[in-house]
Amino acid sequence: MPDVDVVVIGGGATGAGVLRDLAMRGLRAVLVERADFGSGTSGRYHGLLHSGARYVVHDPESARDCARENAVIRRIAPACLELTGGYFVATPDDPLDYAERFVPACAAAGVEVDEVSPAALLDAEPLLNRRIWRAFSVADASLEPWELIDANLASARAHGAEAWRYTRLTRIVTGEDGAVAGVELEAGRTGERRTIACSAVVNAAGAWAGQVAALAGARLGMRPGKGAMLVMNRRLTSAVVNRLAPAGDGDILVPVHTVSILGTTDVEVADPDDVRVTDEEVRALLADGDRLVPGLSGSRVVRAYAGCRPLYDEADVDAAHESREISRAHHVVDHGQRDGIRGLWSIVGGKLTTYRLMAEQTVDAVAGALGVAAACRTADEVLPGSEEGRSYWLGERLAALEAEGGGDADLVCECEIITSGQLQAELDAHPDSTLDDLRRATRLGMGPCQGAFCTCRAAALLSDRQGMGLNGSATPDPNAALLAFLAERVRGTRAIAWGDQLAELWLEAGVYRGTLAVDTIGAAGNGSQDGAPSHAEP
Amino acid sequence: MTFTDAADRHYPAFSTDACIKCNVCNTVCPVARVTDLFPGPKYVGPQAQRFREAPRSADHSVDLCSGCGFCTRACPQGVRIAETNSRARAEMVEERGSSLRNRVIADTDLLIRLGVPFAPLANFALRSRILRWIGERVVGVHRSAALHPFARRTFQAAVARRRVSDDRGPDRTLIYFHGCAVNGFETSLGRDAISVLERNGFSVIVPPQSCCALPMISNGLYPQARAKARRNLTVLGDYARRGYRIVTTSTSCGYTLKAEYAEMLDLDDPDARAVARQTWDICELLGDLHERSKLDTRLAPLDRELPYHPPCQLKAHGIGTPAMDLFALIPGLRAWNSEHDCCGAAGTYGLKRERWQIAQDVGRGLFARLRERPAPDMACDSETCRWQITASTSIPARHPVEYIAESYRRWDAAHIGEVARAEAGTQLGAT
Ligand SMILES: Cc1cc2nc3c(=O)[nH]c(=O)nc-3n(C[C@H](O)[C@H](O)[C@H](O)COP(=O)(O)OP(=O)(O)OC[C@H]3O[C@@H](n4cnc5c(N)ncnc54)[C@H](O)[C@@H]3O)c2cc1C
Repeated sequence: MPDVDVVVIGGGATGAGVLRDLAMRGLRAVLVERADFGSGTSGRYHGLLHSGARYVVHDPESARDCARENAVIRRIAPACLELTGGYFVATPDDPLDYAERFVPACAAAGVEVDEVSPAALLDAEPLLNRRIWRAFSVADASLEPWELIDANLASARAHGAEAWRYTRLTRIVTGEDGAVAGVELEAGRTGERRTIACSAVVNAAGAWAGQVAALAGARLGMRPGKGAMLVMNRRLTSAVVNRLAPAGDGDILVPVHTVSILGTTDVEVADPDDVRVTDEEVRALLADGDRLVPGLSGSRVVRAYAGCRPLYDEADVDAAHESREISRAHHVVDHGQRDGIRGLWSIVGGKLTTYRLMAEQTVDAVAGALGVAAACRTADEVLPGSEEGRSYWLGERLAALEAEGGGDADLVCECEIITSGQLQAELDAHPDSTLDDLRRATRLGMGPCQGAFCTCRAAALLSDRQGMGLNGSATPDPNAALLAFLAERVRGTRAIAWGDQLAELWLEAGVYRGTLAVDTIGAAGNGSQDGAPSHAEP
Repeated sequence: MTFTDAADRHYPAFSTDACIKCNVCNTVCPVARVTDLFPGPKYVGPQAQRFREAPRSADHSVDLCSGCGFCTRACPQGVRIAETNSRARAEMVEERGSSLRNRVIADTDLLIRLGVPFAPLANFALRSRILRWIGERVVGVHRSAALHPFARRTFQAAVARRRVSDDRGPDRTLIYFHGCAVNGFETSLGRDAISVLERNGFSVIVPPQSCCALPMISNGLYPQARAKARRNLTVLGDYARRGYRIVTTSTSCGYTLKAEYAEMLDLDDPDARAVARQTWDICELLGDLHERSKLDTRLAPLDRELPYHPPCQLKAHGIGTPAMDLFALIPGLRAWNSEHDCCGAAGTYGLKRERWQIAQDVGRGLFARLRERPAPDMACDSETCRWQITASTSIPARHPVEYIAESYRRWDAAHIGEVARAEAGTQLGAT
């Protein structure tokens, strides 16, 4: 008797979607994620709910999927969306004839587009290039990944499933018949090991799917494509803006909460954990960004980050391919058929926009094999938190605080307006959170100061809770949490440390080294976390 | 507005990009210091700005900003904090509307048009405790707020018969922007200003003019403010473009003409630019004359102490304290600087029922210092500050140029004969 029917590997959007779908069809399932939920590609993506228009010319299959799922997500997860709308705009650097292919391709793929006059566009988005000569509006939106993942997990839990973070899959156990029998897991923070017996495993490890398949002895041709993005200090446009051209580097600008994110590059990498941003990438992004918003390169960049696309190379041969040309439509790989490992499926490729569809098709296969006939309901049932149908509004947090009479006495993170009450609530729910976990849950430290002012306050909160015995057993020591968070925040500013952001880093260095003397924490023997480095060094 | 301008940081909301959250602005804010209701310039400025996107406003507490502008002055990174706040308030007003009270107290032209013809009655009402109490209840103007009595006749009416031509050219002719204080309340300041300028050899033209619009700007009433500003710019712009200088006797109106038409109201045409360039504060102009040895320094002694309070708006001009330099030219005059940041009035801010106490708390230190070293009266370059100080300390307050005028008058009185002889002499010599 297995402990559960299905174990899902990977706590990104896809895994969370799969878990929800399994649970809603009555299967007993558990999800394991090696780090925090949404700490993989789903938490390092561009933030765009695609209309599909970006793919109509080169990948109509993806375009059609996106268009359909776009409508579904609007229905089931409005709370995770900001309905910004989007544009495709032709700058003087874009091909003259692309629109001639674009418009009919949109029609063919079922992607709705409306031509708008450049004058009307510039009226709505005054910072855009005045020489834009053609523009179309599309149904793009800004999609918050962590809330979406949380909502899926909450729904899954409500249907009886479990999701464990900081739990790594170390081996997929197969029986003598070659069928999946269970999984071996290791708790990331305590090192504790356990084995779970199951009938099936869904590999939703995204760019790491190749590594996970290998744990069962299966081979999966993944070609992780790193994409770098720049976080601009504030919103430069209120709608998503795409270039009306075949995909390039800095050709999409997405408003995400308080910032605009410019991206992305596409570089094939061997290791999906290699998400360093190079100077070359930064330069390429800024140069392209200037074509959309002239002067962008002179304005403040607060951070550079990268994620790895879970690209799947079906042929697994043609290495001469540019990775942007590989189909991004997803694939449900049945390793029973392919490698003789029954009960193991991998779901690869795709996009965040299509996570639900990917989950549906995967679970169709898994449920079928397990003899469960229940139909998928994930497109119909609204996700927890979205019941009221309200979507995100930029002013939300400010309005909430102002309604309480304003005042910033209680603010821990000033840039993103996060009160200590909000952090306490999050810590009550997840007592073993690190500061980076709190960041994903609340946006702590994601504003212009990149943790310069909130890190010590949040660490003090952890310290108070430690004194009261409220921290979980796996919570890092507050000092170590402080050093680790600072180090991570500073890491993301290395590639863009000039101008105002550099001034900020110097101020941060002054605060932490000069005033708070964090350099002595390690010496006192407290800061044992990952040899936390010379944190605030500009 | 293009983004390239943002790199130059001309546009206030873009300048918030430069904020490194260092907190210096919070340390200089006179309002945050006295009330917890105002979370401070960093919060309502660069921080809240990230959560603003027209047309929907989330703001409330930004309305507690008095607009003194110290945050902008103090910011080491060049963030236009006060200007950003003013715009945020305007968006709030645009979305949610404004109270009748704010619209009325911001429309000084209207107040003067209604109050001056009925000055005796209106002034009686201003003095009546019961009527002021009713005014607080019904209108929302605090019963103890500093309201100056109306003049019996507007300054515009008083100078209507003057005929001064500009044919002596921009070097010898000045355009006087008297502002509402002189027009409806302190007309003698206007007369003193003209006499001081004339004594220094200038012809002074007083063109028809409207309120500079600052009260509307600081109450977030931008469309109304733009209408006023445009009217002024048509008249003043023509002179300014021809090189005439515009002189003001109010550091508030002066700063509005110099900077705020562009910074707040986005008025950036040749008229606006010329007016901004050509506007001078009267003390700034007199100080400049003196530096070039062109000021008539035949000043009679005023043997006394003179407390002087430099208003917030003066600091925005970035011209130092020219009034103190001028006072130093008057023999016997022992002027001392209050060294206090703000009296709390901030234009119409201190008039409001719900702001009056905050304004009092802001000015408390200043009032105490003035009471410590009593003097018959004191000097200050901005009208609402003068009225606030007088209302709060009972010490009469006058514009610095009134002391210059007084000193000139005394010199003349003492030298009547001499002047006549000298003039006769020149005439003889000329023949
Ligand atoms: C730069 C960039 C921009 C993008 N922009 C967009 C966009 O705008 N719109 C859009 O729709 N899509 C976009 N995408 C694509 C989208 O981000 C991904 O397709 C999607 O996030 C993949 O989600 P996932 O759940 O499959 O993978 P992930 O989110 O990567 O989840 C996989 C998880 O598996 C975990 N894992 C790995 N190994 C193990 C193990 N041994 N044990 C346990 N857990 C393990 C990882 O920690 C990870 O959290 C973008 C991608 C990139 C790289």
